[in-house]
Amino acid sequence: MTHGCEEKTPKISFRFNRGQLCLPYAVFLALFVIFPLLVIVYYAFTAKDGTISFANFVWFFTDMSMIQVLLQSIAIGAITTVVCLLLGYPVAYVLSRIKSHRRGILLLLFVMPMCINFVLRAMAMKELLDMIGLLGKYNFLNTVIGMVYDFLPFMILPLYSVLIKMDKSLEEAAADLGAGRAKIFGSVIMPLSLSGILSGITMVFLPSMTCYVISDTYGNGKLRIVGKAIDKCFGQNDINSASVIALVLLVIMLLVTLFTGGFSKNDNTRGVEL
Amino acid sequence: MRKFWGFCIIVVALVFVYLPIIVLAVYSFTESKSLIWSGFSIEPYLSLFSSSELINMLVNTAVLALLAAAIATILGTIGAIGIFYNKKILGKFTSAASRIPVINAEIVTAISLAFVFSFVFLRGTYFSLLIGHVVICVPFVVLSVLPKLKQMDSSLYEAALDLGATPTQALFKVVLPEILPGVISGFLLAITLSLDDYMVSAYNKPDGFETISTFVYKALAKPRNAALAELRALSSIIFVVMVIGVLIINFRSGSKYKKSKIKENRR
Repeated sequence: MTHGCEEKTPKISFRFNRGQLCLPYAVFLALFVIFPLLVIVYYAFTAKDGTISFANFVWFFTDMSMIQVLLQSIAIGAITTVVCLLLGYPVAYVLSRIKSHRRGILLLLFVMPMCINFVLRAMAMKELLDMIGLLGKYNFLNTVIGMVYDFLPFMILPLYSVLIKMDKSLEEAAADLGAGRAKIFGSVIMPLSLSGILSGITMVFLPSMTCYVISDTYGNGKLRIVGKAIDKCFGQNDINSASVIALVLLVIMLLVTLFTGGFSKNDNTRGVEL
Repeated sequence: MRKFWGFCIIVVALVFVYLPIIVLAVYSFTESKSLIWSGFSIEPYLSLFSSSELINMLVNTAVLALLAAAIATILGTIGAIGIFYNKKILGKFTSAASRIPVINAEIVTAISLAFVFSFVFLRGTYFSLLIGHVVICVPFVVLSVLPKLKQMDSSLYEAALDLGATPTQALFKVVLPEILPGVISGFLLAITLSLDDYMVSAYNKPDGFETISTFVYKALAKPRNAALAELRALSSIIFVVMVIGVLIINFRSGSKYKKSKIKENRR
């Protein structure tokens, strides 16, 4: 049976189809991305002795402090996302409309801080807040400031990359046809940049719900978010509780992805094309 | 008037982004633990470079970032070529799974990997740390390479085969040079992602091994006995390197822009 096939390619010893090249990557992803997530699901549905149980879910949704942590995280995530959008949109828009070669440099100026380690940046902002006397007084406000400070570039980049590709003559056409500024923004610019807004939301919301490094740094150790709750369970070797919280986060991730219409396919949200 | 407002927005945003870093840089020249000026001193810089603990942490972080970025770049480039040319279920699966680490909460990625590595008794080893960093970097390499594959003239590869190149030769001599800019930017992006990671490192690193992120997080949790002055010095050094980088790029792109203008005028 097989020797017929071998006769067809007698001279070339190693021949492959380009599509097969994704095999090593597929195996890597299956082992280190898909399988670990299945493990989380498994642990979330089992008790400590390994039997199937819903006790973890009952714990999560009846423990008032857990619910409070979840709601607080959602509030921080939502406020951070909105503030990043309100700050990031004008910046991205103005940047995308600069005509000279300075545009690249200015964009670079907004992206470059990402090269400084984010915990070091958090330290810088924390010390500044300490200096002006805000630290320790308004834990929630400070945490939001810290989150915005760290995640703003992740909002600016996807917005910029959509706005720069937009056909500028559309705005002029709208103005020629008599639309005012607000009308141009609401009916032309905003709808055309929607994909950028949505991928910006994806990049900011979940990280700001979970990045406890920032809430610990700015919240004086008093503000607990979901990430910290996972860390605490993990530290106490309570893998089932840690997994159930992680599963809740996975569900939120799925909801966000559904809401934003799926992560726009090949949008490199952290890369910059100057 | 519009230009003026645009200018204001950019300036305010830049002040927000850079003020903390600049204040930190100024106070890196004084010895105190909190931001109180206690006289000019370069002591923080001297003790930064004489502390073996700090130097160790920096070397660890840099070596890890280079290794993880190199592996991620090779795996991701091959993977991107595969995804691009595989229209079947395997290609679709790979491209969908590749998006998960990008949108997933980093802490979930981190603890799920820790669970898996504890099955094979590899949790808290350099191997688990390295794999973890590759996991968070590699999707971004794929995202950097894919657009270059789309831009490439698809007949080039077939032409190479028609002219007698083997698929391997065609891949290395025709496809790779075409997508090289994407590969390089993917590599650089992977380095910055690895340098910036806290979560994956915190749950998968060996005991006693510190990266910049885990080290600074610990220092901030216990500010009394921490090397905060040295960390200020470190941030300032990174900041200055960054500024020099921007200036070089500014100079080069400026001269490029002028050259292209001159060419346009000649026409």
